[in-house]
Amino acid sequence: MAEGALAGLLVLDLSQNISGPYCTKLLADYGATVIKIEKPIIGDDSRHAGPFPPPPNAIPHSPSAEGLGGFCRGESRIRPGGCSESGSGDHKDRPYRDTVNPANIDGLFLHLNTGKKSITLDIDDKVGRDIFKRLAKQADIVVENSKPGTMKKLGIDHAALSKLKSDIIMASISYFGQTGPCRDWSGCDLVAQAAGGLIHLTGEPGREPLKLPLSQAEYQAGLNAAVAVLCAVFHRDACGEGQHIDVSVQEAVASILEGAVSTYEYSGHVMQRIGPRHQQKCPSTIMSTADGYVHLQSGAYWDHFATLVEAPQLTEPPLNSILRYRHTDEVEAAIRPWVESHSTKEVFDACCDWRIPCGMVLGVEELEGDPQYEARSYFREIDHPEAGRLKYPGAPFKMSETPADINRAPLLGEHNDEIFIDMLGMSRDEIGGLKERNVI
Amino acid sequence: MSSDSGRALDGVRVIDLSQIYAGPYATKLLADMGAEVIRVECAQRSGRGGALPPMKPGGAFGASFPDGDTGERSYNRFAYYNEVNRNKLAVTIDLSKPSGVDVFKKLVAISDIIVENFTPRVMANFGLDYEALRAENPRIIMVSISGYGRSGPCRDCAAYGESIEAMSGLSKLIAYPDGAPLKPGVAYADAAAGLHAAFAILAALRYRQHKGVGQHIDLSMRESLTSLLGEAIMDCSMNNRPPQPIGNGHPRIAPHGCYRTKGDDEWIAISITSDGEWNALRRAMGDPEWSRDSRFDTNEGRLAHRDEIDGLIQEWTANYDHIELADMLQSYNIRAGAVLDAAELARDPHLNERGFLEEAAHPEAGRHVMPGVSWRMSRTPGRIERPAPCFGEHNRYVFGELLGMSDAEIERLAREGVTAEAPLPYTEI
Repeated sequence: MAEGALAGLLVLDLSQNISGPYCTKLLADYGATVIKIEKPIIGDDSRHAGPFPPPPNAIPHSPSAEGLGGFCRGESRIRPGGCSESGSGDHKDRPYRDTVNPANIDGLFLHLNTGKKSITLDIDDKVGRDIFKRLAKQADIVVENSKPGTMKKLGIDHAALSKLKSDIIMASISYFGQTGPCRDWSGCDLVAQAAGGLIHLTGEPGREPLKLPLSQAEYQAGLNAAVAVLCAVFHRDACGEGQHIDVSVQEAVASILEGAVSTYEYSGHVMQRIGPRHQQKCPSTIMSTADGYVHLQSGAYWDHFATLVEAPQLTEPPLNSILRYRHTDEVEAAIRPWVESHSTKEVFDACCDWRIPCGMVLGVEELEGDPQYEARSYFREIDHPEAGRLKYPGAPFKMSETPADINRAPLLGEHNDEIFIDMLGMSRDEIGGLKERNVI
Repeated sequence: MSSDSGRALDGVRVIDLSQIYAGPYATKLLADMGAEVIRVECAQRSGRGGALPPMKPGGAFGASFPDGDTGERSYNRFAYYNEVNRNKLAVTIDLSKPSGVDVFKKLVAISDIIVENFTPRVMANFGLDYEALRAENPRIIMVSISGYGRSGPCRDCAAYGESIEAMSGLSKLIAYPDGAPLKPGVAYADAAAGLHAAFAILAALRYRQHKGVGQHIDLSMRESLTSLLGEAIMDCSMNNRPPQPIGNGHPRIAPHGCYRTKGDDEWIAISITSDGEWNALRRAMGDPEWSRDSRFDTNEGRLAHRDEIDGLIQEWTANYDHIELADMLQSYNIRAGAVLDAAELARDPHLNERGFLEEAAHPEAGRHVMPGVSWRMSRTPGRIERPAPCFGEHNRYVFGELLGMSDAEIERLAREGVTAEAPLPYTEI
């Protein structure tokens, strides 16, 4: 494997759940060294969120098994910030057995933490914090997503870390940002999607607004942080100075409203949610087929589209898109018989032949084995010592010189020896003592 | 905020051939950070919706123009274009003409990055595939964004964001528990692709700083979106368990949803993640009799009776203004937020105080507030420094100053139709 594009960058990842870890996953998959700093015994909250693999039938459940550490703490594990949405999280769903720590086999965690190293370190403890500072002296980037003010309280905010390493870059992700009247507000993915203006636009008119699934606001924030971090790296390499980056999940969402705010400012028009339809185009909607659903739109040539869907009446007289939009119900009614009499696959194939944009409404479970993903080797099979061999989402883009290298997520504290002994030169006795006090 | 040290991407030049939203969103992020982004447009493809006759078209369509009026040059007054293309420059070059290709190659020689989102055959048809461009500039970084990627059986299939949202598994999960699949309210696949593209560009730029070589990035919108659905994919991979749409609900937490408030189509989002937060909500509601029901004491109990609780909470929220209620619930440390629409966002005091909302003064569209830089940086904050370019506004700067062409040569480009005065009249989008 060629060297990754980001080889040589050392990232300290204090973040947990989804937003920060997706940022550092991108950095790690494309070559940076990411050291995940996790709470002793418990680790990243997303290690306990689910989905979990099914319990192996051969091995009886043993709720009191050693090695589960602080895992079984009931409600306290349901934490803010990107709680998983799949996985039932029920105890009966979890594979309690002596040899596997459930914290190592959570599916969400495995996805979000590929290629990272894990150490356990309690930064609420003074000694733990001192060890963190020693690491920071060697680091290029720190990523964190605690509540605003937490880093300062611990004495490891950007200003403090800059004294240890003058050009350090720190990205802080929070629901409402580090400043402003709402900075101390509590948030979650749903609240950020609401406050960011996204869910007002999603769903059926007259019904409640609908969020996007699977914590998308958190991912948006992680993506913004990742882009901002690399901008800061570029500036540092050019000018030698680090800086602090403040990413608000609310703003990450409000940034992708596709002109909704400008449209309001230009004309006073407040966009409303309109179900599966497009704000300005017709036809552009999801329709039932003989066996499922497709998303259908007309593409560049209206007469081609009308011919394909066997609705020649829609071309006489020719309907330009303003007229079509005004008569959306009639236009869709004219198209529907053809769509409903064909299978999803037939509609999709015909549209592809005619170069008309179309999408089959697929379930996530239908993606594996899809010939397009297969032809491009998108999904990756990755071995993991405790979770086994599983299919993972692959690289989000392909780089010709520096392709992504996606490796398994770390076990909790897997790299303690490598980092504390090899990198920081600590002794085994020292580590043993700290372990006893749960600092490591 | 510390002192300002210029802009993070000063000195980076980007050629932006991209259309619609994915590519322009990627280059918006770069332009906001100080990169010199030059949009290459032509009469056939401007990304500005074509030239509309002067009119007040009304409805959702007219809403894109200042006061609903297309004006003399609608293509310079298009809200969406002017938001996503602020901080950029624009030239016109018709790449279907040989002398247009020549000019474009000269621009490539002095640029760092090219962003395009045509279907994969288009650049090759112009004779401008990556190999050809690398011959002009071995350090060039090219990003090609397409629906399905540059290989595989679907590589030539047409796709818009909505097609990709359906094909990736996202649309099926945007649904009420009893309902059919829906689309995200925004071009979500485009945004996901654009952000990943910006990251890819910056990663490639860093590699080039160290190794001196450019590269080609093949970004499939479908693949970049699928990477954001990892949780459901892992569940399938582990348990062969297809995810089910649950609306605004959460499989392990209740209550968790949007509740109607006073006013027309106004809502509040509330998430209760612990017994402590449940007790705080009870206090906020004034500890009503129903909330003392022991069935609701634990998360398990609340989950089992989520519909009943949701109904009861909504009876209470219906008495309040959504924005005032969010303030009140937050004072109890409850995760709550008003469902904001575009008008409320545009005057949100918190976003305003943070400097997220910025004003752009456009010579043909007027002064308007829009979402500004997507994040705050202490040393290189970035800002809206210039409004979106008018069609062909920077021909003289780019051809004359950057490429050193004489007035006569620039006039020849116009005569040959390589540059254009205006986009073609609007026909179809």
